[in-house]
Amino acid sequence: MHPVAKLVAQRLALGMLLLLAASALIFVGTQILPGDVAQSILGQSATPQSLANLRAELGLDEPAVSRYFSWLFNAMQGDLGLALSNGQDIASSMGKRLGNTLFLAICAAVIAVPLAILLGLIAVRYQGRWPDRVISTVTLATVSVPEFLLGYIAMFFLSVQFRVFPSLAAINDGMSFGEKLNSIALPVLVLVLVVLGHMMRMTRAAILNVMQSAYVETAELKGLRKFTIIARHALPNAIAPVVNVVMLNLAYLVVGVVVVEVVFVYPGMGQYLVDHVAKRDVPVVQACGLVFAAVYIGLNLVADVVSILANPRLRHPK
Amino acid sequence: MKDDLAKLIDRIDAGRMGRRGFMGGAAALGAAAAMPRMAFAQDATPKKGGHLKLGLGGGESSNSLDPALTLSQAPYNVMAHIGEPLVRVHPDNSLDMRIAEELSASPDAKVWSFKIRQGITFHDGSKLTADDVLKTMQRHSDEKATSGALGIMKGIASMRAEGDLFEITLTDANADLPYLMADRHLMIQPGGGIDNPAGGIMSGPYKIIVNEPGVRHTFERYADYWDDGLGHFDTTEILIINDVTARTSALQSGQVDMANLIDPKIAALLGKAPGITLRQTQGRGQNVFVMHVDTAPFDNNDLRLALKYAMDRQEMVDKVLRGFGSVGNDIPVNAAYPLFDDSIPQREFDLEKAAEHYKASGHDGSPIILRVADTAFPGAVDAASLFQQTAQKAGIPLELKREPNDGYWSEVWNKQPFCASYWGGRPTQDQMYATAYISSAEWNDTKFNNARFDELLMQARAELDQDKRKAQYREMADIVRDEGGLLLPMFNDFLDAHNAKVAGWVANPNGDMMNDQAAIKCWMA
Repeated sequence: MHPVAKLVAQRLALGMLLLLAASALIFVGTQILPGDVAQSILGQSATPQSLANLRAELGLDEPAVSRYFSWLFNAMQGDLGLALSNGQDIASSMGKRLGNTLFLAICAAVIAVPLAILLGLIAVRYQGRWPDRVISTVTLATVSVPEFLLGYIAMFFLSVQFRVFPSLAAINDGMSFGEKLNSIALPVLVLVLVVLGHMMRMTRAAILNVMQSAYVETAELKGLRKFTIIARHALPNAIAPVVNVVMLNLAYLVVGVVVVEVVFVYPGMGQYLVDHVAKRDVPVVQACGLVFAAVYIGLNLVADVVSILANPRLRHPK
Repeated sequence: MKDDLAKLIDRIDAGRMGRRGFMGGAAALGAAAAMPRMAFAQDATPKKGGHLKLGLGGGESSNSLDPALTLSQAPYNVMAHIGEPLVRVHPDNSLDMRIAEELSASPDAKVWSFKIRQGITFHDGSKLTADDVLKTMQRHSDEKATSGALGIMKGIASMRAEGDLFEITLTDANADLPYLMADRHLMIQPGGGIDNPAGGIMSGPYKIIVNEPGVRHTFERYADYWDDGLGHFDTTEILIINDVTARTSALQSGQVDMANLIDPKIAALLGKAPGITLRQTQGRGQNVFVMHVDTAPFDNNDLRLALKYAMDRQEMVDKVLRGFGSVGNDIPVNAAYPLFDDSIPQREFDLEKAAEHYKASGHDGSPIILRVADTAFPGAVDAASLFQQTAQKAGIPLELKREPNDGYWSEVWNKQPFCASYWGGRPTQDQMYATAYISSAEWNDTKFNNARFDELLMQARAELDQDKRKAQYREMADIVRDEGGLLLPMFNDFLDAHNAKVAGWVANPNGDMMNDQAAIKCWMA
């Protein structure tokens, strides 16, 4: 077996194992949440009688271990069960939300990733001079401002004052692709600003690191242009750390944007999860947790594999 | 219809003018300027057609279409679109006969019979019969039911349906029974909703088209709805916008036509925004602090009185509600309720009396812990801090303990001896007292237990002479005010807003958004 294939296979197997461990953690975590689902569903209207009835109806009286294995077994077959609070099929209602979340994340990533790398390259090219300083300061500022505030600022200027973009990003199936893009303009803008700084600074640091190497000096002595050296010789060798940070940010775009979702009323996974945690709707929380864990593990897996492939020493072992 | 409307509008305008004194100067100007009286007169005739977009807070992805499980604003509005109860309550507290056409009671107020209106159909085309009504009520009162209305169905001894009559026999007389039937959960469903409680097939003026809980709900007018006076828009849409800033921005940028739960902090400013009308409704909603009268140190009436006198209610109304509310008097009902005696003296802020009662209580000086969380009511933490300041001036060692929002209603409220809470209104005084102040109530969150009070409640419930009833309610109010564990600093107004596309707004003190019915009663201007 080719050593690269072997390495990739190992990583995949490890990923699966990690996911299994995550599923156990998620299950245990949801079991030790304070409060109980019946109380939360009925809220102030709960009476002891209706509480007891609802608990029995939801099967909350079975032992936890048997519930874990039946849940895991069903989840592996794609059956995530029904939401306790409203009886809707979790797989189909979550599928829609996941689709929306991925749509938003992909749109943001398509803009943010190339932009971050390009800005990183420019910052290295003009290291220590004003373009570098402007790029660093601006991206640092947008990272430091809380995302809801960025959201409100964007909303105030771009939708209330000048009415360029809608303040609600509530997309639905009836909209055309263009309408959807228009709706999500503001959240995409905010997300790009939020993730840009981290990726750009990492790109800059990784490339600067490589710029100290002897072969960069050689390239300079050959008389290559500064930008060509950075793009052709330095960047490929700095790709591993850059890919890592890009994947981390992509994972964040999928699992961590609940605040942006709330501000722009975007029907994504984050809000879906938070609503159901509040209602102690355990099957939904577990399903969301599993999906989030899979996304995180999957993206990190991709980062690992890309780093391996980008490293000639691993690609061509002696 | 037109005359009724004009009458109501006059009444409400009169009410608003009378309330100016409570409002901060700027707030009053902002709200009043945005509400020219002429606007009502011009568009008093409903028009059919158009599309209405509502931006509502109080909805979650976990919401269900089962009327038994509705618990927050968005599902209430969804239910008002698609469902209909036997009766509703008009803004002036008279009964609005919906599915029940007529009702009659036996002289002892124990047997109530409702004549079911003929010609009503469900959205699947099937006929609504007295049997559907019976089955609906049976589902909500079933021992196995998980209905929010289970509590109010308890006093029912038996029910039956015969022809177009539905009859309820009570264990004890209750002159207010029809008001109980106006409960938001008691929407009539085909076959009582026993087979498919969350099916969304009901008999209201709108059919549900898209149901994405926590995101959006869309509706289309039901062509065969029996009453032409409701359901003027062709289609409506509810967008769930829980973030208050996002909700008001959406209204200002024209993406929604109506919004609920406006933040008092920005209400006055929003009322001045071009094209936006702020709707302030004096209601029965109340922000409260509750003490368990059976737990030390709150079992001492002097200590309770000390706390009651040590509270600057007007300051709380001004600072926490920004003037959009009125001061409370430690009784859970106010002038918005029928049969309320408004000669009850107002409890004043009096540090000397507070100190006197505190001394008389002989409290050992250990900290008195008040538990509070943001979820208790908007501004609860601020209100509690104000209370702490004034109580300390009277020498009362009041201390605050912040609790997490998550789990507050299951772990703190009704469990800890002193905490912040809120109550929505009930249509009648009887229902408010029976929900939380009679000694046997499930939600007796002050653990109040007074034999005379319980006796009066039962007497007033069976009393058909309104003057006697009023006197009985007065005596009950005095008992709760001076002996109860309720600290009621303020009644909050409902704050909604809409843009110029919407006409026909008539405030209803029973709830916000015209008691959920804004979408079915308003029309396109």
